[in-house]
Amino acid sequence: MTGFTGDVGFAGYIQLVYVLTAVLFVVGLHQMNSPATARRGNQVATTGMIIAVIATFVLLIHAGTVTTTGWIVIIAGALIGSGVGLYAARTIKMTAMPQLVSAFNSVGGGAAALVAIYGYYEAESHAAGVLGSTTVFTVLDVLIGSVTFSGSIIAAGKLQGFIPGQPLIFKGGRLLNIALAVIAVGTGVFLFTTASLPAMGILVVASLGFGVMMVLPIGGADMPVVISLLNAFTGTAVAMAGFVIGNWALIVAGALVGASGSILTKLMADAMNRSLTNIIVGGFGTGDTAAAIGGPVDASVRSIAADDAAIQLAYASKVVIVPGYGLAAAQAQHGVAELAKVLEEHGVEVSYAIHPVAGRMPGHMNVLLAEANVPYPQLVEMDEINPEFPRTDVALVIGANDVTNPAARRPGNEISGMPILNVDQAKSIIVVKRSMGHGYAGLENELYFDPKTSMYFSDAKKAMTEMTSAVKTLVG
Amino acid sequence: MSAALLTDLTIFILALLVGIEVIGKVPATLHTPLMSATNAIHGIVLVGALLIGVTAHTTVGYILAFVASLFAGANVVGGTVVTGRMLKMFRRKAPEAQPELESLNGHKGLKGLAGRIGIGRAQS
Repeated sequence: MTGFTGDVGFAGYIQLVYVLTAVLFVVGLHQMNSPATARRGNQVATTGMIIAVIATFVLLIHAGTVTTTGWIVIIAGALIGSGVGLYAARTIKMTAMPQLVSAFNSVGGGAAALVAIYGYYEAESHAAGVLGSTTVFTVLDVLIGSVTFSGSIIAAGKLQGFIPGQPLIFKGGRLLNIALAVIAVGTGVFLFTTASLPAMGILVVASLGFGVMMVLPIGGADMPVVISLLNAFTGTAVAMAGFVIGNWALIVAGALVGASGSILTKLMADAMNRSLTNIIVGGFGTGDTAAAIGGPVDASVRSIAADDAAIQLAYASKVVIVPGYGLAAAQAQHGVAELAKVLEEHGVEVSYAIHPVAGRMPGHMNVLLAEANVPYPQLVEMDEINPEFPRTDVALVIGANDVTNPAARRPGNEISGMPILNVDQAKSIIVVKRSMGHGYAGLENELYFDPKTSMYFSDAKKAMTEMTSAVKTLVG
Repeated sequence: MSAALLTDLTIFILALLVGIEVIGKVPATLHTPLMSATNAIHGIVLVGALLIGVTAHTTVGYILAFVASLFAGANVVGGTVVTGRMLKMFRRKAPEAQPELESLNGHKGLKGLAGRIGIGRAQS
């Protein structure tokens, strides 16, 4: 179960096949750089995976040491797991993608940790003290894998709603968190020098506990960052598992996923204008700072009816739709696509302005709109759409709040410096919103008090139906 | 440091660099499918789980091997399938009208309008 030394023999050829797998992974991910080639990319990566699995079975058969029970156990495990994965992948709703990704992070991290735990257990119970130079990786694998396993379950639970989405903070929670981290790292260091199964047990339990305690205090709107981070963790854990068993496919795949997760984590944190530490430590949107910012109390907002909104939209030449998570929460993505279609058929140029953190995971809003048959060239990223707002006739904001607040351009408030969509530069703005409630940052949105802004108070789905039929009546 | 470890570390670091280079080019539009695809890719841990089977011959070993294979199997198959499902939705143009939409478009008003302003289905 260690790296190769001396003559590599048959296993060496298998290792070469794993290199091929790694190449296919890289090529597949490379093809993800455009929606036109992305499907092929996924197929290429899948081919790499199938080759690796076949090679592994060949290796196992060639080794000839696998017991009958061993065969039954791994094949039954893989088949049942595959069935569960297949069922989940086929039936999951696109709004629930973040939960599913979290669940896969969880099992991936868990499996990676188990590889190291098993290796350690075998080495300990059969050849006491023979741990070799892989111990550092064993410890890191168990630690990171366990944190990912439990942390991702909590994240998925929060997203699914069986664990409250708001930050769960209790007295001494932070202290417990630090204590668990210290125990995990301390035990890990102890394991470098001393072989001990109980210590390994403590490492597992402390790491699992830390994962839970790390994610519990994080709020639902921070999930894009948390999922990306846990994704990076899973990758790292898999790479460490690769070190433990000396397998290049695991090392390369783990490194690729680790790099991807890290890049996405940074992108998401930047888009929220928050440091990773700030998100993990919490304290934002937890209620302790929200009340400090008062809105323009005496300012009034203008509300608008469906007919008036329809007139504005139908006679515009350029409409930009700004969807937020509220749109997905109201299941209004098909409604908005229908409205856009009617407007386009009337000759209005329609595009969608997608903020990086719209949704509950990176790029989530794009998938939700793609599912509603919105062609991807209409989905425009923040940096590309922002220069377009000054020549936009109507900006239609649906279920987005903080990412449109011009207050972000001024210093001295919760969202100062956060990159926003320049919705306020449009000639007129229609905001679809259920009530005047605050966004995640607990901040009054100045956009709503802009004289150019009209508020359409309604559920997003209902609003889309009403506006669509109003436009149809108008232009029909 | 053993030669094997040195090789492993070299591969790891180079793969990290390749990863940063390749992933950095993925547009925000595809970030969810990307994460889902990398999710499937870390399902390669299935190989690790299967390799446990080479030496397992105790009850604890079998249980660990079973759970690891179960987890990794769900990870790899689920990740791959759901990524494919998502990517299938990304289209350059709106799809041809489905039967229900067809009847909707069949309404005189809309179709007539589309014809009048010259943006009929034939063009799209």
